[in-house]
Amino acid sequence: MIKSMPVHEPVIRIRGLENRFGAQVVHHDLSLDMQRGEILGVVGASGSGKSVLMRSILGLRRPQGGSIEALGHDVLAGSDAGHRVIERRTGVLFQDGALFSSLNVAENVAVPLKENHADLPSALRDELVELKVRLVGLPMTTCTKLPSQLSGGMRKRAGLARALVLDPELLFLDEPTAGLDPIGAAAFDQLLRTLQQAMGLSVFLITHDLDTLYAICDRVAVLAEGKVLTIGMLAQVQDYDHPWVHEYFHGPRSRAAQTARRGS
Amino acid sequence: MNAQPPVQVDPENGNRLLLAGCWTLAEAGARQEALGRDWLGIDQIDAQKIERLDSAGALLLVQLLGRLKLELSQVSLSPAHEPLLAAVAAASQHEGIVPEAHSGLRNLLARVGETTIGLWLQTRLFLGFIGLTLSTLARSLLHPRRLRVTALVHHIEATSLDAVPLIAVLCFLIGAVVAFLGSTVLATYGATIFVVELVGLSFLREFGVLLTAIVVAGRTASAFTAQIGAMKSREEIDAIRTLGLDPIELLVLPRMLAMLIGVPLLTFLAMIAGIAGGMTVAALSLGITPEAFITRFHETVALRHFLLGLAKAPLFAVVISLIGCLEGFKVQGTAQSVGERTTSSVVQSIASVIVLDAMAAVFFMEMDW
Repeated sequence: MIKSMPVHEPVIRIRGLENRFGAQVVHHDLSLDMQRGEILGVVGASGSGKSVLMRSILGLRRPQGGSIEALGHDVLAGSDAGHRVIERRTGVLFQDGALFSSLNVAENVAVPLKENHADLPSALRDELVELKVRLVGLPMTTCTKLPSQLSGGMRKRAGLARALVLDPELLFLDEPTAGLDPIGAAAFDQLLRTLQQAMGLSVFLITHDLDTLYAICDRVAVLAEGKVLTIGMLAQVQDYDHPWVHEYFHGPRSRAAQTARRGS
Repeated sequence: MNAQPPVQVDPENGNRLLLAGCWTLAEAGARQEALGRDWLGIDQIDAQKIERLDSAGALLLVQLLGRLKLELSQVSLSPAHEPLLAAVAAASQHEGIVPEAHSGLRNLLARVGETTIGLWLQTRLFLGFIGLTLSTLARSLLHPRRLRVTALVHHIEATSLDAVPLIAVLCFLIGAVVAFLGSTVLATYGATIFVVELVGLSFLREFGVLLTAIVVAGRTASAFTAQIGAMKSREEIDAIRTLGLDPIELLVLPRMLAMLIGVPLLTFLAMIAGIAGGMTVAALSLGITPEAFITRFHETVALRHFLLGLAKAPLFAVVISLIGCLEGFKVQGTAQSVGERTTSSVVQSIASVIVLDAMAAVFFMEMDW
């Protein structure tokens, strides 16, 4: 699949996106390109429409206008075939893992395999599930546990295992490190980096976590005023002249994160 | 495309295995079959011709290496695929814990044991909860100002006043049905006047309180469980405790007291409604006027039947409210757990009410009351 598309073609291409809730405008004329194989950090104040953007790309929400292309398919065309391709070739990790609470971890991870590759021998399927659970760094004993028996960090890892089980090209993460302790968050960042390199993933990463931005993101997009304010390498983005951007990247917490980065 | 088969022994070197083509999830089943042979004497694997490799394919490669007892370095691979194979190999290294296989019979026995012990624990827990609530009640009675009057009134409204129309209509209709059904049997003996005793006795002794209890169990026990369960899953119960308050005093006592006051009143209403239903049928289709009905009622139905029926109401009220509250406290975190506990509380309270009623009926009969 990596060879099936020219390298320079973006995995996500959004043009003129419009999203409104009643009179409230969330996105106005938003355009965004995401390159293959990059980790794109998406930041913005609460309510700036990061999650709405993700839901629009995934086809969970129909925007009022604009065009969205993911993996070369038009998301808004509404064709079932296009949707299936996108569903199979993307993985999503929702904020709290969104694991099915009545299934244990192994069954959760196996769901996409059973749905999309029903002909797979069941022994091989179990081995694949086991592999993914190990890849995300969970002990095998968690396989038989229900989501309610796991800690928040473990639920996120289990959700990541489920998101990765079909070997997606494009991974969406909604605040993966929110609610994790700093050590757990750093380990999760590291895990993402490793998996991204090993599997050649493109990652659309919504985050509030400055440490994550500094540690693993190739590029950063700042969402404000209903559009992508600026996008680029972190060094360029943080010097962008806008009060929110300045406050975000040069506030006390950011300085602490940068200092920590330089110190390590 | 590529004419080379996905798996073959190198024609030029019998010790080398050549792999080619697509090694992804979609082809994993077929590839596993193709690899399922003893590759005797193979000590090198050339996978450079593999076009597409995902973690399913990598897993198959790693498993092949394990079977042939080869090292990762004995595989030649295109550079793009190397990180993936390395990651999969690393993840596959530590030995997994193989879950024990259980036989069906053993599972059956385990479940029987689990259920039996669960029933015993549940009974013990419930008895303990009754004791805890009663001792909290006793303490509150010593300091009457600690009783939550506002909450009490609110719960009386929600559990009893709001249930009035439902219980009245239900009991009126069942009273009518009992009278109708009884009269068809009694008419063959020309004794339709005994409908008065039939309806009066059945509603005063049994139906009034039982119907009320069943409706309240369905309506209120579930509500109690859901309310307390939602508070439990949002850690509100923990917050109550850390603020130095007693969840039993704050949440359970007002609910139990509200039911203690409300259920006897509802029972009285149910009895009246049921008898009114019987009286309506008697007047409309049996030719017994309401005056005659009431006179007959006064002559033949003793007061003790009313008292016996009403005596059961407070007992049912306590059982239903405490089961509802206890199940709420047992909720663990998830939305699913709230649902499970709610179902369990309705089932338990209806079952306990009917069992208790049967035991009371036998007891009253033995005592000749």
